[in-house]
Amino acid sequence: MSDTVESAAAEFARRQHSPLQKVQHQLHGKPWLSPLFLLLVAFVAFFIATPTFLTATSMGILLQQTAVVACLAVGQTLVILTAGIDLSVGAIMVLSMMVMASLAQDGGMPGILALLLGFVLATAAGALNGFLVTRVNLPPFIVTLGTLSIFTAIALLYSGGSSIQAEHLPRILNILGEGFSIGDFRLTWGIVVVVIVYIVIGFVLAQTAWGRYVYAVGDDPESARLSGVPSKRILLGVYTVAGLIYGIAAWVLIGRAGAATPNAVPDANLQSITAVVIGGTSLFGGRGRLIGTAIGALIVQTLQFGLSQMGVDQQWRVLATGVLVIVAVAVDQWIRKVKA
Amino acid sequence: MTLSSPSMRRAIAITAACVTVAGLAACGRGDDSSSGSSSGGEKAVGVSLITKDSTNPFFVAMQKGAKEDASKNNVKLTVASGKQEGDDAGQITAIEDSIARGDKGILITPMSTGVNAAIKKARDAGLYVIALDTPPDPANTVDITFATDNREAGKLDGQWAAATLAGKAATIALLDLFDDKIVSVDYNRDQGFLEGMGIDVADPKKNGDEAKTGKYTGGQGGDYTIVCNEAGQGAEDGGRTAMEKCLAKNPNINLVYTINEPTAVGANGALKAAGKTATIVSVDGGCAGVSSVKSGVIGATAQQYPLKMATLGMEAIAKVARGGEKPATTSGLDFFNTGVALITDKPAEGVKSITSDEGLKICWGN
Repeated sequence: MSDTVESAAAEFARRQHSPLQKVQHQLHGKPWLSPLFLLLVAFVAFFIATPTFLTATSMGILLQQTAVVACLAVGQTLVILTAGIDLSVGAIMVLSMMVMASLAQDGGMPGILALLLGFVLATAAGALNGFLVTRVNLPPFIVTLGTLSIFTAIALLYSGGSSIQAEHLPRILNILGEGFSIGDFRLTWGIVVVVIVYIVIGFVLAQTAWGRYVYAVGDDPESARLSGVPSKRILLGVYTVAGLIYGIAAWVLIGRAGAATPNAVPDANLQSITAVVIGGTSLFGGRGRLIGTAIGALIVQTLQFGLSQMGVDQQWRVLATGVLVIVAVAVDQWIRKVKA
Repeated sequence: MTLSSPSMRRAIAITAACVTVAGLAACGRGDDSSSGSSSGGEKAVGVSLITKDSTNPFFVAMQKGAKEDASKNNVKLTVASGKQEGDDAGQITAIEDSIARGDKGILITPMSTGVNAAIKKARDAGLYVIALDTPPDPANTVDITFATDNREAGKLDGQWAAATLAGKAATIALLDLFDDKIVSVDYNRDQGFLEGMGIDVADPKKNGDEAKTGKYTGGQGGDYTIVCNEAGQGAEDGGRTAMEKCLAKNPNINLVYTINEPTAVGANGALKAAGKTATIVSVDGGCAGVSSVKSGVIGATAQQYPLKMATLGMEAIAKVARGGEKPATTSGLDFFNTGVALITDKPAEGVKSITSDEGLKICWGN
């Protein structure tokens, strides 16, 4: 139904707006179009610039490098859609990962049980965030800033700061590092799991009442409440589901890194937020699509990987990412002005 | 929205135009690089240098040296690092990038055992991997390690200190790196120092298990007392706190061993505040440290050569890639020794050393 409204607005606009404004309208309806465009440009540019970029081997590696952050970014997208922010994504992932690994190794627990307990812990950690946001009424930024430190410290205390090699773990815990090859193109089970997470959560967001409520709460909490949306329950649910997703990311990470190490991805928070923002999800909540997040995560990694293939030094790659974020948010702001 | 709608068609046109422009720009770059590599005669060898971070002066020196030396060996060098100490994922990504780029080898200061699996992947893909500065655990994770002989560095300090004491009693403070974890650089320097002094070290891989008093046999020999083993975390403030604890135990300390120069500077601060003087020896040889020798704060320091680790490592990879011989470990050691020199302005008989002015010419960092 909202699609009809959008195109009606576009029809109206066509008669009196400039071409640029028409693009603006187009992007407003499909906020993931501009990141997709960026991704295409990057692919073409890198393909021409370096012979090692668009090979089957490279594409497999690129996907593997993207998987963990792309998974975290699903949870981050849910939270940001509600106009929140989650600074504890990396901390929950690492805590869950260390607990999975040490339960299986030192605790001698069957792998599958250790894995499930890791998921339960991550879900509980997410629920704690949700509880503090909805019941204690603290801003998400403050809540997750606090739990970031708490979960990180617990992970370090619990693991004693030492890492566990994946080869010492039951196969179920590091199976996501394995996979299959089509020629030189290597797809790990980790990538498959992340794609499934995207499909499931993407479906829930787009097709269920719960999904519509998530958007409503983020767009305008007051009118959502007035129209009978159980805002607090939705918010609690969002943080809890996000926690579970970070637990799944922990599983993907063990397979990818070949080890469970505390402090494994120190900038996971910023990377996940970057992917969401570049993917066209509004930091002010209520607008965005999961497909955009997937593209956003791919763009960041493609930029890093492509520049690296060209032999560009790391500082320049980091700088390029920074520019990209600012451009992406500037475009987002411009698109949002369409209604004004 | 259908493909035929004017706005969509316009969007597609703009997209196509931009892609073309971006493509042309990138095309120019591509031509540059291909002509660059073909004009050299033999093909440039791709090498990655992956350090723990890119702010530690030791690693900065490594990166800088390697970059300056790359063209000499016709090496196409790519520099990467973790974002900070502990960023395993950053190093893993850098290793994968290197494999995809078709590099012939990797020079790496491994972050932790967390990157072992990635290193194995690189070696399986045919890359020659050299660890710099510290061997990984286990050492055979890499093809070979290029590093300082830290034991030898400590030994030079000990021999110089013993000779300088000229038979006087030694009241010693040992300012180590850590007390909550055991790392090889820590016990090798500390135990090497005691060995150089001519003190029986008991377990040569364990700090602090020596007899607290006895005779040292270095130089003219004499009595010794070990007052303390304190951890300074390799930093100035840690060094100062550690030295204060030692002075509280025994104010007559006249010889201080320090794991590195920042620790030495901190120890000197504590001594000065207590109105005491002692001979300080250290290891590292960064430019700041050598200046401290020149100004008299540090009696002698053993200088290591991060630049040489990177450049020799790069040379070795280039050689292997062109079908040459693989580097061999230095005889008697399980790594390739990149050398160490004692720097002091008070040379002692029987101990080879260079002056601080000479040291400043070849020091690293600022």
